[in-house]
Amino acid sequence: MKPLGEVAGASLADRVQAAVEAAGRHAESVDREGRFPIEAIEALRDNRLMGFAVPAELGGEGAGLAEIAPICTALGGACASAAMVFAMHHICLANLIDCGMESPWHRDLMHRAATEQLLFASSTTEAGVGGDLRQSICAVEAEGERFNLAKAAPVISYGEETDAIFATARRDPEAPSSDQVLAVVLRDQYQLERVSTWDALGMRGTCSHGFRFKASAPVEQILPRPFADIAAESMIAASHILWSSVWCGIAADGMAKAQAFVINEAKKSPGVVPANAAKLAEAYARFRTIEAAIADALSRWAAMRAAPERAATVGFSLAMNALKVSVSTVALQVVEDCLMICGLQGYKNTGPYGLGRHLRDIHSARLMISNDRIMAGAGQMMLIQRSPAARRA
Amino acid sequence: MMDKIRELIDQHAGLPQGAAEIGDDTDLYRLGMKSFASVQLMLALEEAFNIEFPEEMLNRATFRSASAIARAVESLSPGSLAA
Ligand SMILES: Cc1cc2nc3c(=O)[nH]c(=O)nc-3n(C[C@H](O)[C@H](O)[C@H](O)COP(=O)(O)OP(=O)(O)OC[C@H]3O[C@@H](n4cnc5c(N)ncnc54)[C@H](O)[C@@H]3O)c2cc1C
Repeated sequence: MKPLGEVAGASLADRVQAAVEAAGRHAESVDREGRFPIEAIEALRDNRLMGFAVPAELGGEGAGLAEIAPICTALGGACASAAMVFAMHHICLANLIDCGMESPWHRDLMHRAATEQLLFASSTTEAGVGGDLRQSICAVEAEGERFNLAKAAPVISYGEETDAIFATARRDPEAPSSDQVLAVVLRDQYQLERVSTWDALGMRGTCSHGFRFKASAPVEQILPRPFADIAAESMIAASHILWSSVWCGIAADGMAKAQAFVINEAKKSPGVVPANAAKLAEAYARFRTIEAAIADALSRWAAMRAAPERAATVGFSLAMNALKVSVSTVALQVVEDCLMICGLQGYKNTGPYGLGRHLRDIHSARLMISNDRIMAGAGQMMLIQRSPAARRA
Repeated sequence: MMDKIRELIDQHAGLPQGAAEIGDDTDLYRLGMKSFASVQLMLALEEAFNIEFPEEMLNRATFRSASAIARAVESLSPGSLAA
């Protein structure tokens, strides 16, 4: 059996490196022009990484989040927008793998994802519910074998570039707002009317424009499990782990610049420890907590996936929420530390130590599903959490 | 026990219909029970039956229906079904 990741004689490391280089080469123009990171995505396709997670029986390589997360981090250090596109695409794939394996249509889509290196996007955010993943206003309207769906979507990242959109909606027009399904619709089955343009502080290459989304497709394309279960057992955890991995990459590249800056200082005055070396060590201590948090979440994820029905507990959800909130906060602190270390050289947009794009990109982390919203939900769960530390007297 | 469970569902699950109209196996989430309502329901069950749900039972499956709740309560306080 050939080792995971080896394609046409190239090792996984080589394949990832090729994509990271393409992403890095174009990161500046992607950011400046707010354009889709097409070169990075083409390189990911050329290196067959867009179908990396598709099960081997369906033509992919069966990679798990533990293999995908480091790719998000490596890309995140080069071009955070390209990394986030890769992450969001793989979150959609995680949903398909979670509950599409028994459904012929979804199996075929996974097969196509691997062979044609398709790109998937998602539409959960809706006008009127904001970032509350677990509520929808729009509803699937079934008519015989087909359904119609219309959604006011204030953000769909790379909506204009994707091959399919995974959209949440109420199960039917009578269903309560929390009784949702996840519908998968292909490009030729929907229309997107752009209603707002993504001209944002950072993550500019995600092209997260606002749309009026209208779809009509066969009902078999609706994923066969309630979205609540998909969210609890795959989507939220996969999102928080892969997003955090992207943010870790941004922080890692900031650290690399700060370290290079301090080493350069040290070379200029041999025998003296640069004044900002201690600050660098402090930033490194913070950075390590990000890596450790992701590693911990990946091992919890693996344990949960062994028996999702039982193991997707309140404790698991709290841990995944804690990951997102802490990494999004700490990664921003790390990049700010790096700015203080590099000083003016970090503040300038030109030169090897510029941190402007990193700072702007990382500022999206805390509000990509607002930490305040996540903590409000987690606060409810804390009432019933049963970790040993929280046991009632 | 089933009567008590139905009463608690009525009070805490935040559903539009009364528990009397809901079948034992009806999916409460599909009727609109939200995450915070299931937290309230769980705390009320612990109080009413003097039990404590262990971590491994705090998942969506445990509170999905009246009968699922009854099985969970029964497993934590054997004999309560008769009461
Ligand atoms: C780079 C990027 C890419 C994205 N891509 C996509 C995509 O592809 N598809 C998609 O569907 N969405 C996408 N989103 C949207 C994202 O998932 C969230 O929906 C969005 O960030 C929330 O936006 P909001 O702050 O306007 O909304 P809201 O969730 O409405 O929150 C508004 C503000 O209200 C406060 N708030 C809300 N609820 C509470 C609460 N319970 N307690 C306390 N305070 C609260 C918070 O301060 C919050 O910032 C993307 C976001 C970003 C940043």
